Amino acid sequence: MDLHYLTAHELGDLLQRREVSAVEVTEAIIDRIEAVDGRVQAYLTRTAEQAFEQAKAIDAARARGEKPGPLAGVPMALKDNLCTEGIRTTCASRMLAGWVPPYDATVVRRLKAAGAVMLGKLNMDEFAMGSSTENSGFFPTRNPWDLERVPGGSSGGSVAAVAAGEACYALGSDTGGSIRQPASFCGVVGMKPTYGRVSRYGLVAFASSLDQIGPITRDVTDCALVLGVIAGHDPSDSTSADLPVPDYRAALRPEIKGLKIGVPREYFGAGMEPEVETVVRRAIARLEEMGAVCEETSLPHTEYALPAYYLVAPAEASSNLARYDGVGYGLRVPGKDIIAMYMNTRSQGFGPEVKRRIMLGTYALSSGYYDAYYLKALKVRTLIRRDFEAAFAKYDLLATPTAPTVAFRLGEKAGDPLAMYLSDLCTIPINMAGLPALSLPCGFSQGLPVGLQLIGKAFDEATLLRVAYAFEQTTEYHRRRPELGVA
Amino acid sequence: MEYEAVIGLEVHVELKTNAKAFCGCTTAFGGEPNTHVCPVCLGLPGVLPVINRQVVEFGLKTALALNCQVAPFCKFDRKNYYYPDLPKNYQISQYDLPLARGGHLKITVDGEERVIGITRVHMEEDAGKLIHVDGPDGGYSLVDYNRTGVPLLEIVSEPDLRSPAEARAYMEKLRAILQYLDVSDCKMEEGSLRCDANVSVRPRGSQAFGTKTEVKNLNSFRSLQRALEYEIERQVAILEGGGRVEQATMAWDENRGVTYVMRTKEEAQDYRYFPDPDLVPLEIDAAWIERVRRELPELPDARCRRLIDDYGLPAYDAGVITSSRDLADYFDRVVALYPDAKTVSNWIMGDFLRLLNAGNLEPRQSPVPPEEMAALLQLQKEGTISGKIAKQVLEEMFATGKGARQVVQEKGLVQISDAAALAQIVEEVLAANPGVVEDYRNGKDKALGFLVGQVMKVTKGKANPGLVNRLLKERL
Ligand SMILES: [Zn+2]
Repeated sequence: MDLHYLTAHELGDLLQRREVSAVEVTEAIIDRIEAVDGRVQAYLTRTAEQAFEQAKAIDAARARGEKPGPLAGVPMALKDNLCTEGIRTTCASRMLAGWVPPYDATVVRRLKAAGAVMLGKLNMDEFAMGSSTENSGFFPTRNPWDLERVPGGSSGGSVAAVAAGEACYALGSDTGGSIRQPASFCGVVGMKPTYGRVSRYGLVAFASSLDQIGPITRDVTDCALVLGVIAGHDPSDSTSADLPVPDYRAALRPEIKGLKIGVPREYFGAGMEPEVETVVRRAIARLEEMGAVCEETSLPHTEYALPAYYLVAPAEASSNLARYDGVGYGLRVPGKDIIAMYMNTRSQGFGPEVKRRIMLGTYALSSGYYDAYYLKALKVRTLIRRDFEAAFAKYDLLATPTAPTVAFRLGEKAGDPLAMYLSDLCTIPINMAGLPALSLPCGFSQGLPVGLQLIGKAFDEATLLRVAYAFEQTTEYHRRRPELGVA
Repeated sequence: MEYEAVIGLEVHVELKTNAKAFCGCTTAFGGEPNTHVCPVCLGLPGVLPVINRQVVEFGLKTALALNCQVAPFCKFDRKNYYYPDLPKNYQISQYDLPLARGGHLKITVDGEERVIGITRVHMEEDAGKLIHVDGPDGGYSLVDYNRTGVPLLEIVSEPDLRSPAEARAYMEKLRAILQYLDVSDCKMEEGSLRCDANVSVRPRGSQAFGTKTEVKNLNSFRSLQRALEYEIERQVAILEGGGRVEQATMAWDENRGVTYVMRTKEEAQDYRYFPDPDLVPLEIDAAWIERVRRELPELPDARCRRLIDDYGLPAYDAGVITSSRDLADYFDRVVALYPDAKTVSNWIMGDFLRLLNAGNLEPRQSPVPPEEMAALLQLQKEGTISGKIAKQVLEEMFATGKGARQVVQEKGLVQISDAAALAQIVEEVLAANPGVVEDYRNGKDKALGFLVGQVMKVTKGKANPGLVNRLLKERL
């Protein structure tokens, strides 16, 4: 039995029945990391020692007759923009290469309380800016299905780790598709919950009004389990919603008869690979066979989402990243005066994509251009939100491709930021509207995974998970594993 | 040509809430550097601010006391600029949708009442403090973040002030109101009340505004007045000389007594304000506003009116006494025990304030509690001590913290009201000053005063002055 490729709920069952110990599971996955991470390069920081301690504590609790929750003792890992007390958190930036947070993110606290065993911190595009994980300040992560291809981004390390058996599940962050697009590229389940469903406290901010933490798992049941642990109101985040958290696992039923699903035509536009479109349409047809009512619809402002996003997100980023100035923590490159110190530090600490967005955002917010750019983008954002409101008056959820292509080759788009930005075309509007969405494996094209994106009403993650689960029950795509030359 | 000044003030008030604006850290002044801090007020990566409800409550109180309209919906914005004492390199403030707008407050200068408009009241957070250390390579700087995130209110006036004296009166009135509301310590020396002034001048009678300069960081009433006087003179001199005032941000050099240019218009900051996405907009419902309004304490103007109406105090006295809540409270407590309000007011405005100022004390820190002040006045009224002795006793009470009766007993200051004993002294004084007696008899009334003084001198001021007068007149 390959422990490293079991799902969290499968492992959880074995652990609860005490057929295997948390220490054994942890050992198995650490062995797997040793075996494959040299090629995948998902991890930035490994915390094997702490992981074994956490695993021992869970085993001890079980030995005492305690019944910790279903995720207790299951090894997982975190995108490196989630703060972990005492463990370095770099955002894959040289700016924070040596920074050790003095506190845990709320999601980390909740996972610890649920008995999670943390294996380490995962690679990403620097400060979550990028769609391929090639913008990491340290090294690129590779797609486990084809090591010459990108895993997607910015949560590329998180997704690759889950796909390659290097973590049972992971947390990522999604600002414009950073969980869903790589989940699509690597054939795993990735969810962006509703904005406000999961506390952002301790997530190093990229664009605060768009960022959301979400689970990356091997199947929908795991997604429901993990979301159940991390969701819920947090008094430390005033944008987190004070709403009850449903029992998501209990919401999983293979029954979707009569459900109304809208299929917005704008998400099948130019730039979409025909084979990806075929796979996605086939998946939608399957939902129909299962009893859902699928209907083409329109979200007319979709084409403006990408340009508006590339004003709002950099604007917020320019402000959020102003704190990296060499004064209090992180990198400091000396200079003859304070201004020179700021300039040296920021010039050497940030990579080109981060600098590009800071400049874009600074410009968009500057007086004289604010109305024409930032304010205009906010208005577009409202129009996009209204498009969705209108659609959800008719449909229970929407189905689209997650990304217009399968995983592209390393370096293929690295020199062309605009081409790179297009890979988030299908995911960005959902962040602009703050809605929940998930990507799940729905087939293959050129031997590479293709994702189906399901978009739900605000705070209705349960319906998303139910439909995804129903679909998953009728397919085997989520059980396929990449061949990495090791058993 | 005659010029008039046009002045508007931006006053920053540090609120004395229990916790900082967006985290739970203490707002206490002082403390070892960087001990009153947490990840939130240090702006560490990943942290989020959460507004402290008490900050809004204090802001509401102030806005209502200044007769403002409270916005039912307001939001927080980020004011972006780089400065090493600003941990996030942006300040959370309010820009286009402030907490409140459109109020006013009344001031009286040279007996003339003026109504000064309040443009807006908004909430924001304070920055930290830089400590510069000299060293071989030009030195270095240390940052103390204890003050970062301490809540501030910014109160912006309309350009309705016309002289440095009015500006000072406005600031004093504002401080009194804030003290009555108990929302701030208003200690200018600790920076909990500070102000920037916008100043321009124009030919008297003109309606158009001249080019203004902004004088930053005036942290005492005295520097406010002096800086404005200097800046107005400077601007007038430029105009008189046919020049043009340049729009600029100025600083005040207290030692040299001059303003100097910090930044010109060309170097103006672009703060790139935008709504803070980490903070949800604030909705303030009518019920909240009404509750705060109901709970507002009696404010200086109302209290002044009450002192005039209930005690018959002259307007001047009432104004002085109510200029500080502390002083007015003290007055009320003395009057409750010694109901001759005018006498109490005279004593408080005179010797009491003089002794407080000499000791650099607030009324609440007075070593003479209101009960002992009343006791002193009672002793005087009973004739146990004379008015002159009473002044001496008060000084002794201030110096030692002893009670009025104790001081009088210990120092043997009881008034001599024994006619027989005094008659003896009167005889001696008359015998010793035959010339003066002669003068008096020849119609020089002033001579009586001299003789009374001599008796007082012999009795060390303890003689009952009324009795001395009567005895002298009987004998002359
Ligand atoms: Zn704090």
